[in-house]
Amino acid sequence: MTKRLAFRNARLIDPASNLDARGGLLIENGKIADVGPRLFNDADANDPEVIDCKGLVLSPGLIDMRVFTGEPGSEHRETLESASRAAAAGGVTTMVVMPNTDPVIDEPSLVDFIKRRAAATASVRVVPMAALTKHLGGEVMTEIGLLLEAGAVAFTDGDRSIANARVLRRALAYASTFGALVVGHAEDPSLCEGTAMNEGEYAMRLGIPAAPSMAETLIVERDIRLVEMTGVRYHFGQISARASLDAIAAAKARGLRVTCGVSAHHLALNELDVGSYYTFRKVKPPLRSEDDRAAMNEGVANGTIDVIVSSHDPQAADTKRQPFAQAAFGTVGLETLLPVALGVHHNGEATLGHVLAALTSSPARILGLESGRLAKGAAADVILFDPGEPFVVDADKLHSRAKNTAFDGRKFQGRVRATYVGGVCVFDSSKEKRTP
Amino acid sequence: MTAPNTLAPILQTGHLLGIDAVSPAEITALLDLAETYVSQNRAVNKKSDVLRGRTLINLFFEASTRTQSSFELAGKRLGADVLNMSVKTSSVSKGETLIDTATTLNAMRPDILVVRHQDSGAAELLSRQLDCCVVNAGDGSHEHPTQALLDALTIRRRRGGFEGLVVAICGDVLHSRVARSNIHLLSKMGARVRLIAPRTLLPGTADRFGVEIFHDMREGLKGVDIVMMLRLQLERMAGAFVPSTREYFRFYGLDREKLKLAKPGALVMHPGPMNRGVEIDSEVADDIEVSVIQEQVEMGVAIRMAVLDALARGLPREGKNAP
Repeated sequence: MTKRLAFRNARLIDPASNLDARGGLLIENGKIADVGPRLFNDADANDPEVIDCKGLVLSPGLIDMRVFTGEPGSEHRETLESASRAAAAGGVTTMVVMPNTDPVIDEPSLVDFIKRRAAATASVRVVPMAALTKHLGGEVMTEIGLLLEAGAVAFTDGDRSIANARVLRRALAYASTFGALVVGHAEDPSLCEGTAMNEGEYAMRLGIPAAPSMAETLIVERDIRLVEMTGVRYHFGQISARASLDAIAAAKARGLRVTCGVSAHHLALNELDVGSYYTFRKVKPPLRSEDDRAAMNEGVANGTIDVIVSSHDPQAADTKRQPFAQAAFGTVGLETLLPVALGVHHNGEATLGHVLAALTSSPARILGLESGRLAKGAAADVILFDPGEPFVVDADKLHSRAKNTAFDGRKFQGRVRATYVGGVCVFDSSKEKRTP
Repeated sequence: MTAPNTLAPILQTGHLLGIDAVSPAEITALLDLAETYVSQNRAVNKKSDVLRGRTLINLFFEASTRTQSSFELAGKRLGADVLNMSVKTSSVSKGETLIDTATTLNAMRPDILVVRHQDSGAAELLSRQLDCCVVNAGDGSHEHPTQALLDALTIRRRRGGFEGLVVAICGDVLHSRVARSNIHLLSKMGARVRLIAPRTLLPGTADRFGVEIFHDMREGLKGVDIVMMLRLQLERMAGAFVPSTREYFRFYGLDREKLKLAKPGALVMHPGPMNRGVEIDSEVADDIEVSVIQEQVEMGVAIRMAVLDALARGLPREGKNAP
């Protein structure tokens, strides 16, 4: 017997097809069987399960291109299972996990391990990236061909830049041989070593060792030259500075196959939010100036920035409860990705569909995934959310194992009501425990 | 049985430094001459006196078993006095420059110097410093002309000619002198050359050789008449140009399955020494139906005899040699 699930009276938003209209959606056996403006306008009595969406947004589930977990090696921080619960609660139906684990995901067998662990434990889809260099050491390229065959979706050293341009040149040339996607991190290691925040007046007043935003732009510009030379498909995992954005816009204008992402926290916060040494806002790259933050929002609005990511980076309390300079980098973000990103829409800079594209269809296009769209035959990875619902982030209520959110106590609009992966409900806000 | 020394000289420059400077007519003449030496080498008496009284010095700055012994045998079968010098026994290891070595050797009055050197252009440099003929037995990543000639002889004997043949050269083209010499020779003789390699092992301007470039070996092998495998120099590869030998073998190693994509009856060649299980599977390398690797070695001696013979024709005759 086919398993059917029908949604009616929804605001369908599908960025891939430019759809934003009232309508319905039918799921059969884990796939989208039908979708459209006139579907189920009159409730079909034959359907066993009909959900009246009451005008809430029904969109593709989010694809988060930048998720760090602690599995394998640091399971006390986050496992694939705990991250997937956070993802489900945040409307993220596909997590792209970084290879920065222990051991590093630099072997075909380890890609296989991630896929098997995820299949056995995670409630959302998990797509692994593999390391670009062995042990993330920046010296020896990994077996890109074999890793691709094992299921790696892209190659990255995660939050590390490859300092040696010759190594990077060869790795990019080799990757392009296989048509592989390389995801780069733009922070010049020598300029950033030992620094903890953005260089500027505020870092000066706090007395914190700081790195200039130029440390990012230098690498962006270098990498663009190497992309031009090698013809590789290249994605900057996240950028944070206006000058970097300008460089990428120019590269795109020249027709280079370059894309980029921005983290939700770089859209919402600036260096002043470090406040009085608030270590949960110590991130990599650091929170930048207000002008840079505004540029990131402009970049999303004008499409120069392709994707918005959480850069979910769970850290144990002991590594954050430290003097600022010594504290670990990173913030969790899977559960706050959608509401923070929606800020670009609520501020009037972009349509809801445009913001959702950066969270669904764009990452799917860059990664070559089938998901991220509401189309007949596509996997039924969908979310139901109220884009206007106000709420206050409460770190204690987060589903992720680590609670190091940069947004504790911040107010946002937009909450996920339900998340479906392959037609299966993996999160339903009405069934969450309500604490007084 | 031997070609008399009074024949017209074939290598007009007096040296064989690279195929780039050799004309198609000269190549054909060398191959024709080599055919006579194939017969001589298969006879009971393999010796002739074409180079009687001549001195041949094999100067090898890089270790080589097959090329050096091939030249040594070629010289001896033509009746020359052959001196082998390798870097470990020469004064180069004591700090002597290449020019010093050349000057010293020149004083010994050799007639032909065969040189192998790790640096591109070393043979050319010596040819300008010495009064004798210089044969390049491999200089850096530049040329290895006798390898290309012996490959050509092998192909011509099997296929009758070169016109219209599709030849795939697979592997480390970037560092390969064998590839460069073969690209020149095969193109000059009317064959179509394809290069198959990951981007890290191809020069960025490889298409300027007038060849077709393939990064996917399966695509590149489709319909080829000849598959030439290049040796992967493991010592300088690890992690820098290709990530591992197992990955290289998976995507660029010639095995039975990939070979099926070539034209039925396609020949497999390798300049040696082979890395079995890296660039070539033993099953293919040892299959006498397709592999002509042993034949290449045999043709090597004949070709080197032809080259030495051809160069000797341009040397001063008896009575004019000494001042």
